[in-house]
Amino acid sequence: MIKRLSKCIREYKTPTILTILFIVGEAIIETYIPFITANMVNDIKASAPMRHILYIGLQLILLAVASLACGGIAGFTSARASAGFARNLRHDIFQKTQTFSFENIDKFSSSSLVTRLTTDVTNVQMSYMMLIRIAIRSPLMLIFSAVMAARMGGKMALTFVVVIPLLAVGLILIGKYAMPAFQSVFRKYDRLNESIEENVRAMRVVKGFSREEYEKKKFGVAAEEICKDFTRAERIVNTNMPLMQFCMYFNMIFILIAGSIISIRSGGTTINIGQISSMLVYGMQILMSLMMLSMIYVTLTMSGESAKRIFEVLDEQPSLTEKKDAVTEVKDGSVDFDGVRFKYSAKAKRDALENIDLHIRSGQTIGIIGGTGVGKSSLVQLIPRLYDVTEGTVKVGGVDVKDYRIDTLRSAVAMVLQKNLLFSGTIKENLRWGNADATDEEIVEACKLAQADDFIQSFPDGYDTHIEQGGTNVSGGQKQRLCIARALLKKPKILILDDSTSAVDTKTDAKIREGLGTYIPETTKIIIAQRVASVQDADRILIMDGGQIVDAGTHEELLERCAIYREIYEQQTNGGDAE
Amino acid sequence: MSKPAMKEMHEGAKRPMPKMKKGVIKRVLKMLMQFYPKLVPITAFCIVFSAVVAAIPDYFMPRIYSSIEKWMPLRDWAGASKEILPQIVFLAVLYVIALIATAVFTQLGAVITQGFLHKVRCAVFNGMQNLPIRFFDRKKTGDIMSYYTNDVDTLRQLVSQAIPSLIRSGVVAVSVFAIMLYYSVWMTLIVIAGIVIMFLVSKKIGGGSAKYFVRQQQSIGKVEGYVQEMMNGQKVVKVFSHEAQAQKDFDELNDRLNEDSFRAHAYANALGPIIMNIGNVLYVLVAVAGGLLLLANVKNFSLSGSVLNIGIVATFLNMTRQFTGNLNQFTQQINAIVMAMAGAERIFDLMDQQPEEDNGYVTLVNAEIAADGTVTESDKHTGHWAWKHPHGDGTVTYTQLQGDVCITDVDFGYTPEKTVLHNVSVYAKPGQKIAFVGATGAGKTTITNLINRFYDIADGKIRYDGININKIKKSDLRTSLGIVLQETNLFTGSVMENIRYGRLDATDDECRAAAKLAGADDFITRLPQGYDTPLSNNGANLSQGQRQLLAIARAAVADPPVMILDEATSSIDTRTEAIVQRGMDKLMEGRTVFVIAHRLSTVMNADVIMVLEQGRIIERGSHKELIDRKGTYYQLYTGAFELE
Repeated sequence: MIKRLSKCIREYKTPTILTILFIVGEAIIETYIPFITANMVNDIKASAPMRHILYIGLQLILLAVASLACGGIAGFTSARASAGFARNLRHDIFQKTQTFSFENIDKFSSSSLVTRLTTDVTNVQMSYMMLIRIAIRSPLMLIFSAVMAARMGGKMALTFVVVIPLLAVGLILIGKYAMPAFQSVFRKYDRLNESIEENVRAMRVVKGFSREEYEKKKFGVAAEEICKDFTRAERIVNTNMPLMQFCMYFNMIFILIAGSIISIRSGGTTINIGQISSMLVYGMQILMSLMMLSMIYVTLTMSGESAKRIFEVLDEQPSLTEKKDAVTEVKDGSVDFDGVRFKYSAKAKRDALENIDLHIRSGQTIGIIGGTGVGKSSLVQLIPRLYDVTEGTVKVGGVDVKDYRIDTLRSAVAMVLQKNLLFSGTIKENLRWGNADATDEEIVEACKLAQADDFIQSFPDGYDTHIEQGGTNVSGGQKQRLCIARALLKKPKILILDDSTSAVDTKTDAKIREGLGTYIPETTKIIIAQRVASVQDADRILIMDGGQIVDAGTHEELLERCAIYREIYEQQTNGGDAE
Repeated sequence: MSKPAMKEMHEGAKRPMPKMKKGVIKRVLKMLMQFYPKLVPITAFCIVFSAVVAAIPDYFMPRIYSSIEKWMPLRDWAGASKEILPQIVFLAVLYVIALIATAVFTQLGAVITQGFLHKVRCAVFNGMQNLPIRFFDRKKTGDIMSYYTNDVDTLRQLVSQAIPSLIRSGVVAVSVFAIMLYYSVWMTLIVIAGIVIMFLVSKKIGGGSAKYFVRQQQSIGKVEGYVQEMMNGQKVVKVFSHEAQAQKDFDELNDRLNEDSFRAHAYANALGPIIMNIGNVLYVLVAVAGGLLLLANVKNFSLSGSVLNIGIVATFLNMTRQFTGNLNQFTQQINAIVMAMAGAERIFDLMDQQPEEDNGYVTLVNAEIAADGTVTESDKHTGHWAWKHPHGDGTVTYTQLQGDVCITDVDFGYTPEKTVLHNVSVYAKPGQKIAFVGATGAGKTTITNLINRFYDIADGKIRYDGININKIKKSDLRTSLGIVLQETNLFTGSVMENIRYGRLDATDDECRAAAKLAGADDFITRLPQGYDTPLSNNGANLSQGQRQLLAIARAAVADPPVMILDEATSSIDTRTEAIVQRGMDKLMEGRTVFVIAHRLSTVMNADVIMVLEQGRIIERGSHKELIDRKGTYYQLYTGAFELE
């Protein structure tokens, strides 16, 4: 995992290596300093000449400057390296999502992708910084301090034989019990937050039924349980402080006793006071390093979860591939389905489409009608190759869709999706998604065709009206018309409207269809609709049921021979009396 | 922890959010005391105690050192031990007590921290339940959620670390300072000089770091917003081959985040080494100064009056280290504290929001209706309801709940500047069906928002069974009104629980009966676990039509005399639509119904149709009357199938 993540370091390799070098330097200097200070204390004590003391002082100050330089530079380079690493990681994840096919997109919910790009990357970034700073520094400090302590303290160093294993075992035990406790309570905590979100979204229902007290009680119970679990986990973790203090105090007492015995017995020749006080400092450094290591361990494990989630995205194989010598021009708007069978994923039990043979000439208008889940959207989504067929071929302009460059194909096939979206920005900016270079005249023309020009003009800011995220400040019907205009700007060879006028009134709907017939006659038009009125003047209407085309013909033909069509038609024209 | 360090925190935190800091901390402390009047003082005492003990070695060490000095030339451990060991034993006893104090306060700290967070979480949630719908209409769900997912969590750091470390540092600073003065005033002055420098440096750098941290948070927010929009619209991006452009825009935001993140961390990272090494220099200064003082035999000023010796110099060196370490640790927390302050402020802001006002005193009670029509209160479920209306003179009258709603000359605007309803009057007799028809934004939903008092009217009157609705207790008013909204919201839980949401004391059989009435029983019994099938994620495992049927069943089990229905516009296929329609029709039978109609069949069966345009009722009457009039309704009817 670390190896794979390290690919994202790229141009930040230099700051990473510099960080490590300077941290090593800092650690060496920092462990050396108490050694010097011990000498200094001794010199003062031995009433050494002032010049000598000043000389040592100068040494110490130089060391401090060097340590400051190392630490400061490492601080900068590590910030540069980790922020850059996170940037690359985010870039890679986002880039990956852009290569996703619809099949890949279906697998990840959008909110989970957002979390991966923000919280998860931030976790990994912090771990990375920790890794190149503290994870390098702490073991070094541990080793250096231990070596210095052994060199200097003689038998006093024996205390570490007791204290280090004790602290290490203690920390490992705490980690072992606390980590699962935290992981489980964090999962519960996520669920609690989900239920809060549910409550917020359903606030009209809650208030409508006067269920405020009920909701409070429900929340109280769930929150209480989480509070108990959290407290338990935190209490386990909090044992580390008394443990650490115990080791520290034990250390001090031991060093004081051993130090005084040895120094007095030897008359100060084996060990002197300066050494005792340095030993105390080294003792602290050793214990602190151990603490740090345990902290790193916890952070790394926690961010391991984040890394795993990131890899789920990075490892996802885009399910569509382009051929090398792909075709870059779509000749015309003819569409041919030959023996097509289609499943959404290999695991799906049922086929979404079966036995589809369909031939549409360029410029024809085709209507598709049928209940929900019978495969209407699945059928049209194969044309711009949003999904690949499981069996058979789909051809556009006489060429297999798999042989085109994907952007060539998709700019020739404009599709207005059922779940359509506008983006935050002005109306004009939204429309330019269809064609970045469209002139203002072209934009107005497309909007007139989509019957959107009138209402756009009625806004105070006209085409520069700002659209909120998700297009919440325009009505459903207006949104649909803007989406149609956006698709028209592509000047497509094939235009697919997937239930795109459901919120538009019938009169406007009819005008849009009329406009399409008059102004872009050579474009193939495929219209999925719930209303018979939207398709009844099509050249051919396809009736779909259970993933198959069960009948096809003109309005009159179908009325005569197709029972499903007749039923739908009667229900709609008689205004619900059919029930 | 030193005094300057504490002050440093004030400075560091002040920068991005001036002035609010003191109030926030004070309020957090007040709440802590209120929640745990016993545990908090005990914990505070233990923190103080263990901090005092932490300072004591600084007092003992020089004495032990000088004992060692004294006995060293004699090489007589047996003699020395009599003098040294008792001191060490005393130290050990203190340590044991300190250890106990630490154990107590860390354990209690966990209880208090989590308990506090729990209580804050509940207070925020409970407070939120009482907020008016206006609040929820104005805020995005994501923004409300961040109170729970971000802000409450930031308080954890404040309570579990910042506040204890404040207490601790204060105590350590004072006691170490006292010990220093006890031994030598001259040396103390040198240490103070060094600490002032450290303080100035960390103020400068810490402030910069906090500034960039706030900026980093803003950059993350921008990236998050962009990603959210793009991930939601991913399929549109694909269809328009917009990938390269999306990547370009993303990279721009990403690069800005990279820079801000670098700055924030660079400052924070550099702060540690800087403080530590100023500490090292200070160490040298103390040592050299100590040496000079010793050599020159300068007269020592001190509270103890003791003569400066090598032991004292060594102790000062140790204390210098302790100060530096403390300050360094504290500076690492500044950023977390800044964020906690911002979080706490937001939370208090939410808690201080004005709750929904309710001055109603007319309540809904079970009633028995005598043959002569007199109404008496009953404590049993009788199937009849009455409004209990206490009057100023102490008398109480009862009015039978019938569902007569009178809206007279109502004006209303969501904001005072913009009136969206003008002079609206609607009269609904018990059992009548009133349909609202008109374009988006004409004010259909607004009228229904006023009947159940999600919003309060600006001018005019709404009477319910002859009672001004402002006099009716809100919860009782709403209990008497059922709603089915266009957008269905289901809760995590079983199908049965979701239906029972309409009336909490409904039996299983009553819930089933409601489901049958709604036409939902059929599909529910075919679910894998029938009525016990768990729903999650707003019923993601159900189809749109099925969700609507459950919402209808939920309203049916409440069995209210008045219903507000907002028909769904989203396209469901014709067959499902017919089933949903049938459920709606069943639900409407025998009730006063206000329906925002999108379907012709609903409109045609209504007793009265109100055609709205820009907040005014422009036509009213039955289907036949309106068709004959050949006005707007006639045009809608003939031109548009969807009466959006």
